[in-house]
Amino acid sequence: MFRNQYDTDVTTWSPAGRLFQVEYAMEAVKQGSAAIGLRSKTHVVLACVNKSNSELSSHQRKIFKVDDHIGVAIAGLTADGRVLSRYMRSECINYGYTYESPLPVGRLVVQLADKAQVCTQRSWKRPYGVGLLVAGLDESGAHLYYNCPSGNYFEYQAFAIGSRSQAAKTYLERKFENFTGSSRDELIKDALFAIRETLQGEKLTSTVCTVAVVGVGEAFNILDQATVQALINEFEISGEEGPTNESVAEEAGGESGGAATEEGGAATEQETAPMDI
Amino acid sequence: MVVESHETDGEFAGGGLGHTSRSPIVTPVFTDMVSSQTESGLLSSEGESQRTQYPYVTGTSVIGIKYKDGILMAADMGGSYGSTIRYKSVERLKQVGKHSLLGASGEISDFQEILRYLDELILHDNMWDDGNSLGPKEVHNYLTRMMYNRRNKFDPLWNSLVLGGVKNGHKYLGSVSMIGVHFEDNHVATGFGNHLARPILREEWKEDLSFEEGVKLLEKCMRNLLYRDRSAVNKLQIAKITEDGLTISQPYSLKTFWNFGAFQNPTVGAEGSCC
Repeated sequence: MFRNQYDTDVTTWSPAGRLFQVEYAMEAVKQGSAAIGLRSKTHVVLACVNKSNSELSSHQRKIFKVDDHIGVAIAGLTADGRVLSRYMRSECINYGYTYESPLPVGRLVVQLADKAQVCTQRSWKRPYGVGLLVAGLDESGAHLYYNCPSGNYFEYQAFAIGSRSQAAKTYLERKFENFTGSSRDELIKDALFAIRETLQGEKLTSTVCTVAVVGVGEAFNILDQATVQALINEFEISGEEGPTNESVAEEAGGESGGAATEEGGAATEQETAPMDI
Repeated sequence: MVVESHETDGEFAGGGLGHTSRSPIVTPVFTDMVSSQTESGLLSSEGESQRTQYPYVTGTSVIGIKYKDGILMAADMGGSYGSTIRYKSVERLKQVGKHSLLGASGEISDFQEILRYLDELILHDNMWDDGNSLGPKEVHNYLTRMMYNRRNKFDPLWNSLVLGGVKNGHKYLGSVSMIGVHFEDNHVATGFGNHLARPILREEWKEDLSFEEGVKLLEKCMRNLLYRDRSAVNKLQIAKITEDGLTISQPYSLKTFWNFGAFQNPTVGAEGSCC
């Protein structure tokens, strides 16, 4: 692909109207380990694959509690994710202090997106290399958003990001229509199934994944390992064979694959700039 | 509550709080000219003090109660200039956004300033254009932060505010004072209303008052204030806010009764009187 001439600077357009630095940033998201999110009317579940570098080291933190009613799962440059989580926490706290009220998820997401956009229009900055799945609850219900390094954001019923997320998306596409009415436990079960898809036959245990829930009457919390393992055993999925997935590490272009969307977000082809969505 | 009664008196001598102690941090350097907006930041205490010392044009009590469908609030339309009742058509009850109603007593110019801040707040809230909106609880807390912040700078907005509203079926009624004291209750009042109206409300307020009952109760309180508060005027508005919206009544007057026996021949039996 002849895109090397116009990809040095984020402030340089290509003749085809693309900002390659931003697209490269979105590649970074695809390299990170998988994170998935799904929501029902009353709950939102986030789950991610958490593999440590070696047996000696601890796992990377990929899920962050932002406030009692909001949590985020990241994929990509975890350092960028940590910094953005801190920003989100700060915004939530400030809003709560001034208004004694939880920050509406939609507003936080827009603020995050605007912050990401700034980095696509400054010559001395680089885009954030992290995709965020923002799960939250507010007056208007349960929400799941995806924030992109490009500064775009979308609302989803269910979504998956990171490496081998296509497998999870395929699973979610089959099941998403039922999610609205799902109970909390059914939702978690589906999340674990989706995670299992991304593992490509590897055994699903609570040491490789993290699950977090937020819902009506339940503050955002990360389930502890024992609970997750119990759920895995209960659902008897650790021993089952997962459906084989042909495309192993290939992602067919960023947001393509048509994860269920509430508004907009049409499926794109490989070469179309993802920012066009 | 000592502060409250001062503002309704409209005292000029010394102001309510007696600001003899200045900020302990910077010793003011007195110059001939009053330095105004040219200085800012750390040097702003130098020169004549720019902080609010005492109110000039003031409104008296505001009363608010919760009733079956929402909130009822009453305030008269007087603006006193010290002991003179200078203005008699001051609207002290105003709408804030979709869900809230604000009533203010104290310095009228500060109330107008507060309305300006709230206008901007609501504007930005609407500009998000995302279906979310600030409810009465949020506006109340915003006001609290604003009042307390000014108090910490020794430059208060000289008002006592009553904020009421309904959002998603939840009724909210709160109060904020000029020093940032804030709370919620089923009935609130400012100034003399605290001393003359609230005792009545404590006895007679109940859950789920009808609109007529609520208005009757408020009028009883306002009549009491009219008799006993020297800065009260007999021209009032009652505002109602429900889930459906806000209405502020046209100004009207209360009937008063002065035919008490003691008023007929007030000097009977007194030394030097004719009878």
